[in-house]
Amino acid sequence: MTQLRAMGLGLRDAQRRPAPAAVSVRPAAALRRRAGRWRTLILLATILVLAMALAAARGAVAIPLSHVAGIVLHQLGLPVAPAWPAAEESILWQLRLPRVVAAALVGASLATSGVLLQGLFRNPLVDPFVLGLSAGAGLAATLTVALLAAGFGIAAPAALRWTGFGPVPLAGALGGLASVTIVYSAARRGGRVPTTRLLLAGLALSSILAALSTALVVLSDRLLLQWRALLGWLFGGVAVSGWAPVRATAPLVLIGIVAALALARWLDALLLGEEGAAQIGVPVEAAKVAIVVVASLLTGASVALAGLVSFVGLLVPHAARLALGPGHRTLVPGAALSGAFFLVLADLLARTVIAPTELPVGVITALCGGPAFLWLLRRQASGGSW
Amino acid sequence: MVILLEAAGLVFGYSPAQRVLDGVDLAVARGERLALLGPNGAGKSTLLRLLCRTLRPQRGTVRWEGRPLHTLSRAELARRVAVVPQNVPSGPLDDLTVEEVVALGRVPHAGRFGLRGETAADRAAIDEALEATETAALAGRRLGELSGGERQLVLLALALAQQPQLLLLDEPTRHLDPHHQVALLNLVAVLAASRGVAIVAVLHDLNLAACLFPRLVLLCGGRVLADGPPGTVLKTELVACAYGDGLEVVPHPHRPEIPLVLPAVGLADGSLHAQMAYGSRGTPRANGPLMEHSVPGTTRYRTNEARETSHRW
Repeated sequence: MTQLRAMGLGLRDAQRRPAPAAVSVRPAAALRRRAGRWRTLILLATILVLAMALAAARGAVAIPLSHVAGIVLHQLGLPVAPAWPAAEESILWQLRLPRVVAAALVGASLATSGVLLQGLFRNPLVDPFVLGLSAGAGLAATLTVALLAAGFGIAAPAALRWTGFGPVPLAGALGGLASVTIVYSAARRGGRVPTTRLLLAGLALSSILAALSTALVVLSDRLLLQWRALLGWLFGGVAVSGWAPVRATAPLVLIGIVAALALARWLDALLLGEEGAAQIGVPVEAAKVAIVVVASLLTGASVALAGLVSFVGLLVPHAARLALGPGHRTLVPGAALSGAFFLVLADLLARTVIAPTELPVGVITALCGGPAFLWLLRRQASGGSW
Repeated sequence: MVILLEAAGLVFGYSPAQRVLDGVDLAVARGERLALLGPNGAGKSTLLRLLCRTLRPQRGTVRWEGRPLHTLSRAELARRVAVVPQNVPSGPLDDLTVEEVVALGRVPHAGRFGLRGETAADRAAIDEALEATETAALAGRRLGELSGGERQLVLLALALAQQPQLLLLDEPTRHLDPHHQVALLNLVAVLAASRGVAIVAVLHDLNLAACLFPRLVLLCGGRVLADGPPGTVLKTELVACAYGDGLEVVPHPHRPEIPLVLPAVGLADGSLHAQMAYGSRGTPRANGPLMEHSVPGTTRYRTNEARETSHRW
């Protein structure tokens, strides 16, 4: 290529233009530099661990942070001499830590799922529930609660009992996945799935299923008695005690996040639009299937753990994009870590603000995340091209 | 002469009633440069999209070195054929830096699982593409901060990073000033000469095409009207047939073998407009008003806008 210059064919004006002042670039651009990528991710991971330790320490029984660290190391098999009451160990290990880890898993999977779907649809209003997942999960859960209230002895099928989930979360997760499948096949036309049709099909099915849920609640007197419990689930709440649900979902969430990382290149390419992505070698229809499947499994796992937590999957990806830039190789792990951090803190607030009563975690995510996001949006007046 | 891409008997229409392409044959050899010309709605961009498999022909075949195009995977195709589009969607893409955009050209070269990082070959291709288009100075800037012309150069750099054997350009000079138009077309000429990259460019500027391309293909009404060196394509009667009245073909002052197409003098008083609207001789022309009665009883729509609103007629 040096011959080009020798031939005087250069596009010189591009160089003659004054070099852009590095200082005028938004801080996000600086953060995005290659060296900054790992530093940012390590920073996020560190504050996530600190938040988890804090969340584990706080509660009805306060446990000193030193004890928290000691108990965790002890349980992991490291030779640490127990210098804490046995009660603290069982509270922390059996009750609080599973819940804190579950909150982190929920936040990470919702945020990753949001990044995947916003990248696929190139639409800022997309959240993990856009393909009908929340409405399907809501209807299935409502139906299960109604049947339980009517005296049907429903239990989780034996094959899924090892997961430690009750019938309601299981029905919710499976119902959500079923409705995504319906939406995807409804939008399919001649081997292709246009994204606009996909969004509209999701919207249509969501309204149908939501109407059915409402009708069910209104028509069933017994269900109305259970309304409070159901509401808690519909607004989201990390009701996990014991490690079994965490053990069942953690592998799924981790595999989902790794798969999302593997899809990062395709998601970057999709920023060029579907036609542009195809022209640089992305098999667009296969990419769509992969993205929808991974996003739905991640969301399904979070629904099983915590019901329908709104807001996280919509706004954490935006916040991460403002801070880290739109490149998905940084955005996917960055959003997963931020989502986990955000939900761990939200769950801590949900169970401590008006203890012993618990608020639905969805209320906290909206009340805290909304203003924080508005602030971020104002600070970044120039950025965020959406 | 190695034929890279060969299209035979291409037929395509966006709706069943209307054919944009109606039997197009085109062969492109290694290192060859050709410009696709034709009036609005002639099917130039559609042909380009068929050649890169964005669209599938309703009839006819496109072959790459003898293989039907659809037997190649998307990534295999993108390592061979790169497209420089007219424009790309704004939105979140605008927040990527120029270097990140150009790095997208390495997507088809990445392994099956995208977890592998950037290799030395990737780095070299990206740097070379930035340097060739002289966008290296812009590498750290956001795409959204660039001018239309700079964006065009970045899209060219992206295509070069794919290291293709065939480069398809859709009106690449559209946002560029005259100096950069010539510079860009010279740049792709050097690529063709030094690496055997074949170039197919859709151009509206007939003189730019005549001066800088050895082979012109003139499309009109979905067919190839003429195909050959400028002197055989830009003839008065062919230009009039494709574009209608109001243009004049004259020899280049220094290179008489190169024809130039100029606006006919003396029609600037409004009579040209009157002629385009009502016709001067009552003969059908391609570039007249939106509707053209080419066959008695049938109506054809010339432009995309007309096509989209056709239900109203």
